[in-house]
Amino acid sequence: MKYLDEFRDPIFAKSLSENIHKVTTRPWTIMEICGGQTHSIVKSGLENLLPSSLSIVHGPGCPVCVTPLEMIEKAILIARKPNVIFTSFGDMLRVPGSTSDLLTVKANGGDVRIVYSPLDAVTIAEKNPDKEVVFFAVGFETTAPANAMAVWQAHKKNLKNFSILCSHVLVPPAMEALLSSSTNRVQGFLAAGHVCTVMGYEEYIPLAKKYNVPIVVTGFEPTDILHGILMLVTQLEEGRCELENQYSRMVKKEGNIPAQQMIFNVFEISHRKWRGIGEIPKSGYSLKKEFIHFDAEEKFSLGIVSVEESPLCIAGNILRGLNKPFECSAFGNQCTPESPLGAPMVSSEGACAAYYNYKRQNVASSGSGMVNKKH
Amino acid sequence: MTNDISQGLNCPVPMNDYPTIVLAHGGGGKLTHQLIERVFKKHFSNPDLDLMHDGAMVSVDAGRIAMSTDSYVVSPIIFPGGNIGELAVNGTVNDIAMCGARPKYLSASFIIEEGLSMAELETIVASMALSAKKAGVSIVTGDTKVVPRGKADKVFITTSGVGMIPEGRLIHPSRIKAGDTIIISGTIGDHGMAVMSVREGLEFESEIRSDTCALNGLVEEMYRVSPDIHFLRDPTRGGVASTMNEIAASAHKGIRLFEKSIPANENVRSACEILGFDPLYVANEGKLIAIVSSSDAAKVLSAMKKHPAGTESAIIGVVTDDHPSVVVLQTAIGGERVVDMISGEQLPRIC
Repeated sequence: MKYLDEFRDPIFAKSLSENIHKVTTRPWTIMEICGGQTHSIVKSGLENLLPSSLSIVHGPGCPVCVTPLEMIEKAILIARKPNVIFTSFGDMLRVPGSTSDLLTVKANGGDVRIVYSPLDAVTIAEKNPDKEVVFFAVGFETTAPANAMAVWQAHKKNLKNFSILCSHVLVPPAMEALLSSSTNRVQGFLAAGHVCTVMGYEEYIPLAKKYNVPIVVTGFEPTDILHGILMLVTQLEEGRCELENQYSRMVKKEGNIPAQQMIFNVFEISHRKWRGIGEIPKSGYSLKKEFIHFDAEEKFSLGIVSVEESPLCIAGNILRGLNKPFECSAFGNQCTPESPLGAPMVSSEGACAAYYNYKRQNVASSGSGMVNKKH
Repeated sequence: MTNDISQGLNCPVPMNDYPTIVLAHGGGGKLTHQLIERVFKKHFSNPDLDLMHDGAMVSVDAGRIAMSTDSYVVSPIIFPGGNIGELAVNGTVNDIAMCGARPKYLSASFIIEEGLSMAELETIVASMALSAKKAGVSIVTGDTKVVPRGKADKVFITTSGVGMIPEGRLIHPSRIKAGDTIIISGTIGDHGMAVMSVREGLEFESEIRSDTCALNGLVEEMYRVSPDIHFLRDPTRGGVASTMNEIAASAHKGIRLFEKSIPANENVRSACEILGFDPLYVANEGKLIAIVSSSDAAKVLSAMKKHPAGTESAIIGVVTDDHPSVVVLQTAIGGERVVDMISGEQLPRIC
C-alpha cells in the first residue's frame, strides 16, 4: 500500500530502534495518549524493539473506553424504544452497560445499526421520516468535525427526526488532569496525531511549559511511533521540555481551520465525566443552545441515570497509566473480550483488549524473544 | 359461457409462471414439481438425481470416505466474484478435499424466502451446476422449502457431500510435527472483503472479488508430488488467524507465522486498513493451508504454484515445540505478537 508500507519498513524501524537504544541511558516512563497508537504498538510488537528501561504506558485516548457507563446506559434506553433507529460506530455496540449492551438490544428486536460515518445516520433519518434516528456521537476532537457536520446537515435539511447522543471528550484537559495528579508518573507524552491534525498543537505548548514535560505529536504507523519515541527520549535525556511535531506530514500548528469552524458552529466546551477518571472540567463538547433540539438526552427526557461500575475493574488506573492490564486481578479470567467488565477490554484500541489479544501468553520467556516487560 | 367443471376451475391468470417464489412452491404440489423440473433438474440433471427418489443410491470405491456438511447464509446472495450457490458447492467440495479425499457426490437443500425472484434463484442454481461440473462432483439429491417473507433472508443453502479417501492419505493433527512448513495457496481476505464491500454504506473505488473456488484439483496436484501431506485446512470464517489457532490447539504445537510472507491483495489490505480490520481474521473461500514436512515443502509449493488455484502460494510459517497451542506472528516491522482467536465479529474501529 502506497503511503503506508513506507512507514512499516523493517530496515527503517531497525535503525530507529538502534537510535533509541543509543540515546536511552536511564529509565523513562512515557505515555501514548491515543488508542490508535496503543493498538499499533501492540499489533506490530513494537515493545520488543525498545530498551527495557523504557516504560510505555497507555493513555486515556480510546473513545470507547472513556465513555461513561451512564452514557452507555442512556444509549441502551433509547435504542430499546420502539420507534427509534439507533446508529453507532461498530465498537460501541459491545460495550457493556450495567445489565445489557447494544448488541443484545439489537438481538431482542431493537433497530440498532452500525454506520461508518455520522452522515450515514442523517441519510437514514431522511429515508425514515416516521422514525426517530439517533447517532451515538462519541470520540475525541478527531470525530468531532464529522459529528458536527451531521448535526449541521440535519439542521440545513430541517430534519426533525435526527438527534445525537453526545459524549465528546477532549485530549488536553485529560492530559492536564493526569499531569496535575499527585500519582502521576508520566515523564513524556506522545500526543495524538489525528487529534492534532484537526486542532493543531498550539494548546499543547503551554502544557509542556507548565508541567515541564516534553510532548511529541506522533503518527500511527510503526515507524511514526518509533520516531516519536526517539524524539521524546532525546528531549528527556537532554533535559528539554518542548512541543515537537513528528507527524508533520499531517499536522500543522494551526490545525484544520474549516474543521474547527464546523465544530464550533455546533458545539461548545462543557464539563464531561470520563469513565474511570471522573469529571474533568471543560473536557468535552456539548451541543450549543440553538442546536439543543438535536440532543437525544433532551429529546427523550432521559434525566439522570445512575449506574455502578464493577468493583473488580481497575479501568481508571489503567487509563491513567498507573497499572498495566496484567496487574488487574480480573484480567483474562472474570474479564475477557467475550465478557468484558470494563470498557478497555472491549475496543481493539482499549489497552486491556490489546494486551489480551496480542500479548496474553508470555510466550517469550520460552526463548522466542517476546517479553512481557514488567516495568 | 360455461366452464367445464370436470377440468377444474380456470383462473384467468396463468398460475404457473410466477416471476418470484411463492409459498406454494414449497407446498409439495404442482408448483413444487414445476420448480424442480424447470430450475433444479434443468441445471443439475444427472442419472442419479433424475431418478427423483427420496434419496440417491450411488456406488463408491472400497475404503474410507470423508463426509461434510455446511450451511450458507451469506448476504448479499450475489456479490463480486460469486454468489451463494458457488459458495455452497465449493465450500463443501473444499471441506471434503481438506480430508485428503476426492469429492464425489453432493446434496443441496434450499430454504427460500417467498418473494425471491425466479431469475435470481436460477442464476444461483446455474452457477451451482457449473461449479459442480468444474469440481467434478454430482448433485445427486436435494430438498426445497419455502418460508414466509421475513422468516429467512432470500435463500439459505445447505450442501452435504461425500468423497473417497485414496489409500495411504492421512490428514490428522497428530501428524503435525515441530519443524513442519506451513504453506498457503494464495492471497488472504478476498472473500470477506468482497462481501463487506457490497454491504450497505460501503463503496470502494476498485472492486474486490471473492476468491471462491474448488480446491480439490489443487489438492490432487499436491498429493501427486507428495503423498505425505500432514494437514490441510481451508481458512474460511475467522480467517487464517482462527484456523491457525484451531490447528495449534488440536495438534498442541506452537505456530510461528511470518507477516511479510503472507500474501494479500493491495485492495484488500487497503480496505482492511480503512475499516480497521486485520486481514488475518477475514474469511477466504478458495484458499487452503497445508502443513508438510520441511523436506517436502519446496516440491509441494512448486506444484501448487503451477495450479490455477495456487499461483500465489507461499510459505508463511513453521511449526514449533515452543509455546504449544499458541500462534505467534513475526510482524513485518520486526516485532512479535500473539495471534489470538477472534472474539465475536470484527467491528469497524471508530477512528
